[in-house]
Amino acid sequence: MIEPLIKSDRAELTQSTKKGSPVVLSTRVRLARNLADVPFPERANAAQLSDILSRCAEHICEVKSMKSGIFLDISELETLEKQVLVERHLISRELCENEHGSGVFINKDQTCSVMINEEDHLRIQFLKTGFNLKSIWRQIDHFDSDLELALNVAFSPEFGFLTACPTNLGTGLRASVMMHLPGLVVSDQMERVIRAVNQLGIIVRGLFGEGSDATGHVFQISNQQTLGESETQIIDRLGNVLKTVIDHEINARFKYLEENRAKLLDKIGRAFGVLQNVHNISSNEAMNLLSLIRLAVDFNMLPEETRSDVDRLFIECQPGHIQYAAQAGIEPSGRDIARADKLRKEFRSMPSLNYDHLTDIPQ
Amino acid sequence: MADNLKCSICNKQATVHLTQIVNNKIHKMDLCESCAQKKGVTDPQGFSLADLLSKTAITQQVEDAQLVCPKCGLQTSDFRRTGRLGCATCFEFFAPILRPVLEDIHVGVTHVGKVPLVAVNRQQNYAKLQRLQNSLARAIEEEAYEEAAKYRDQIKLIESNLAEMEATPT
Repeated sequence: MIEPLIKSDRAELTQSTKKGSPVVLSTRVRLARNLADVPFPERANAAQLSDILSRCAEHICEVKSMKSGIFLDISELETLEKQVLVERHLISRELCENEHGSGVFINKDQTCSVMINEEDHLRIQFLKTGFNLKSIWRQIDHFDSDLELALNVAFSPEFGFLTACPTNLGTGLRASVMMHLPGLVVSDQMERVIRAVNQLGIIVRGLFGEGSDATGHVFQISNQQTLGESETQIIDRLGNVLKTVIDHEINARFKYLEENRAKLLDKIGRAFGVLQNVHNISSNEAMNLLSLIRLAVDFNMLPEETRSDVDRLFIECQPGHIQYAAQAGIEPSGRDIARADKLRKEFRSMPSLNYDHLTDIPQ
Repeated sequence: MADNLKCSICNKQATVHLTQIVNNKIHKMDLCESCAQKKGVTDPQGFSLADLLSKTAITQQVEDAQLVCPKCGLQTSDFRRTGRLGCATCFEFFAPILRPVLEDIHVGVTHVGKVPLVAVNRQQNYAKLQRLQNSLARAIEEEAYEEAAKYRDQIKLIESNLAEMEATPT
């Protein structure tokens, strides 16, 4: 059922022709919305859930940016298909556990997805590569306003948009930015950064959200509070904090390069060598090696275009994607071999590392 | 000194003591070894005290009456247990319990962001309709037919407005 999504040549996260940016992989904004006249999904019965699903579905496909998108009924998806969608950040793990009356709309370039009957009736999400909180907010704001014309949205002047969990009340907005922070990790500053941003109401999680670890030095950083600040205030505040994090990361990278030049270049060189010759590799190790290659692009050791290849491989090397690509059921050990085959093939055709332009990078 | 403190979750002896500042307010929490592990406090990557506080704040509410939402049947004890509300109507009934929770987890306690104009307009129209229908019933009962006719006209107007709203999606 998800075949067209995987085969698409326009998917934002895996087919982007943009060069991507150092440090920031992608930016996401999501809005939680509910209908005014029916219980929230957790307290709705089966009939109500399917009524909500069909009512929302009818209008979502009418909104401009969702035209020619696809709709997937969660109960009709295979476990593996759901895993692939989670790895692409198009649906949440929570949604996968729902059995009936849940679905998702995904637009053509996979920048917009709307989950129906997750924790709230609607979870609208826009996701793009690079660091662009403001433009994503403008797009999702439009989408939300269009949808609101047709659906009776639950709203109170005091509490704002009503959500099942009080932590989402008010704007219902969670903005999160996926960041690649190898500099802060190797220089042992990550814990300090996490603590500092926590005090500003900003949370740091691993690649796949709550409870996941930060393999590949990739972290998800997002706002925690949704009530008492406007959407633009939330986005500006998060944006400013993240700009500081980016600066710290860049500084940490250069400081580390200055002080541990041989050690760092050795790591990058070895990562490249391994990826060209590997025959058996876990997704964790793959992520950590790819992280070093992304760092090499940022250091001008590889052409900028390589960055979007690395970002694509971050996703395509996840267990679900490897399994899906194999077409047949394979054991985890077989997965590690399939992953190695893929990486070896990709890295064989990659230009070799160039150590001459290292110092060109603007500080 | 801190050794005598009890775990905020299970009352065992607390060995982990946390302090976090959220919105210029100091939050303190004491946890035993196993609760700290369970809540991911020892995991430097994904821990937020506010997350934890939002749950304990709900469970530690002082004794309050057992409220029941007339629309979805959610009870105070359900809300305490899950930390979730059941429907839009819950917010009217649980507001007194909800407000102190919000104070702990958010920047402010009232919404200052986007207002969905159509939804608000629709809500106001429904509220007005309800008031007019009550007035109409009263007027009929009092045999004030002239007044009743006036209410009936107003009701028709609002009903056609609402119908128009429903009929013009995106």
